[in-house]
Amino acid sequence: MTTGSAHAPTHTRTTAEPGTRPAGNRRTGGQPRRKGNRENVAGYLFLSPWLLGLFALTLGPMLYSLYLAFTDYNLFTAPEWTGLGNFERMAGDTVFWGSVQITMIYVLVGTPIKLAAALGVAMLLNYKTKGTAFFRSAFYAPSLIGASVSIAIVWRAMFSADGPVDSGLSLFGINLGGWVGVPALIMPMMILLAVWQFGAPMVIFLAGLKQIPTELYEAASVDGAKAWRKFLSVTLPMLSPVIFFNLLLEMIGAFQIFASAYIIGSGTGGPAGATNFYTVYLYTRAFTNNQMGYASAMAWVLLIAVGILAFILFRTSKSWVHYGGDTK
Amino acid sequence: MTTIETNPTALPPVEANRKRRQPRRKTAATVAWIIGIVLLTAVVLYPLLWMISASFKPSAEFGANNSFLPQNPTFDNFFKVMEGVAGIPTWKFFWNSTILGIGAVIGTVISSSMAAYAFARLDFKGRPLFFTMMIGTLLLPFHVLIIPQYMIFRNLGMIDTFFPLLVGKFLATEAFFVFLMVQFIRNLPKELDEAARIDGCGHWRIFWSITIPLIKPALITSSIFAFIWSWNDFLGPLLYLNSPDNYPLPLALRVFNDQTSGSDYGATVAIAVLALLPVMLFFVIFQRFLVDGVATQGLKG
Repeated sequence: MTTGSAHAPTHTRTTAEPGTRPAGNRRTGGQPRRKGNRENVAGYLFLSPWLLGLFALTLGPMLYSLYLAFTDYNLFTAPEWTGLGNFERMAGDTVFWGSVQITMIYVLVGTPIKLAAALGVAMLLNYKTKGTAFFRSAFYAPSLIGASVSIAIVWRAMFSADGPVDSGLSLFGINLGGWVGVPALIMPMMILLAVWQFGAPMVIFLAGLKQIPTELYEAASVDGAKAWRKFLSVTLPMLSPVIFFNLLLEMIGAFQIFASAYIIGSGTGGPAGATNFYTVYLYTRAFTNNQMGYASAMAWVLLIAVGILAFILFRTSKSWVHYGGDTK
Repeated sequence: MTTIETNPTALPPVEANRKRRQPRRKTAATVAWIIGIVLLTAVVLYPLLWMISASFKPSAEFGANNSFLPQNPTFDNFFKVMEGVAGIPTWKFFWNSTILGIGAVIGTVISSSMAAYAFARLDFKGRPLFFTMMIGTLLLPFHVLIIPQYMIFRNLGMIDTFFPLLVGKFLATEAFFVFLMVQFIRNLPKELDEAARIDGCGHWRIFWSITIPLIKPALITSSIFAFIWSWNDFLGPLLYLNSPDNYPLPLALRVFNDQTSGSDYGATVAIAVLALLPVMLFFVIFQRFLVDGVATQGLKG
């Protein structure tokens, strides 16, 4: 693993950006072949745990689950090839479509609200340069624990009949009788739980806001721009790469909501399927009903849906994400 | 890491200018800002404060006493909860969670730092491809993997052991940590490596004696996240652990919640508080590392 020192300089300088460096450069050193081999050996040795994980726990399982998606498999007898059978059943499965519907609402309504809250609070914090560290941490805390079983239990208790939310609302003459048992109120409750965890994207927004050069705002002021105009013409474009990043990660994360929905619905998806999110239904099919083939097909539909969403985001990003070249 | 600094020199002229023109408006804005931010903090922290207060309420007060504070504060909920569920004392669940958390930290730190060193410092064949794949796994929905992974561990006879929950940590499957460390190592001056190399150090020596000590902040951030994520993980234990003896806290909480739900809120909330206590403690001590770790995540040069 030791690398000779005589021909080191030409190689070690060029490794700043993995992924962008053309492979041809490798041949420019004094003894390229030997040096290259040693770097290769060292590289793969350091990478070996990760590589093992990639093949044994990620790529291998992905391919196997693709195969299972076309089979009937109950964990006890060998998988039986059924072609597109699982997908056809899925098309006629009303419970499946119910879970698709609530998951889509959760992702497409919940995520934008969460990100809007995150951006709003980030701008509020960015208004001051000092004394914001405490608030930044306090707002971040829910992101760290929001997906835990503890918080799901607390959320359920808070929104139950005669819980603090219910009794608080009754002061204003709104008597809902608790949110937990009412199918129509589960979604707002779940979205509130997601929005409550605005801290993680907020921290990322805040770091992005701090990077916007103040000269841009000064220039806008000189041109007579008001606050709203500055927000539209300076903040949003300059922040667009961070918005893109947050949107992508938060949406993919939202698709995978599991623990909170499982606990709030007691693992049944109830009331009336209102907590039967996609992953909860997938889990039930796989591990309660032992329909591993059907669940694998569902998993691949999820993967493709997430892939399409990411593709659309990347595709449209060219028109709205602004990667400033020199204006860093 | 350097990217999140503020630009203090650029602000004063504008502020001074504004101050001269509209001093009163500036003060008013600051007061409004303070009021706004304090109110917001109250709203955000309310569920946590409510939860702590509620854990001291006797169960009879739920639904009857709607005030924030308990009328007759009591420790009974905690005593009751410590007895445990399903014949297993609660300390056992804490113990299981602790073992899993420590295992996750050790595995994550070792495997992720090795992978990060390879990605950031070594020029080997296939690096661009593997780096892209690493980033790709950040976006991969975990649910695509659970069924085949379950079958693998079932065939290995590892169901109802901690092995399936820990092995992935030792194989750097969480790309977030690898990525965090790659970012950190790229920001280190390369001259140190080169100097060591001239002194005859191999990659292992450089990694161990130069890189590891210098990326300590990233290692601390990763350790805390690894611990907290393991501590909060629900799906993994739900898949692999069957006997209550092996349950970590989230599974015990679920059993507790299902058994008592509606009848004994006090005890249920009390165990939820206890389970979150270590996480909150870690957070209070290491908040700087955590928040900065998240902040760098979005800013890949």
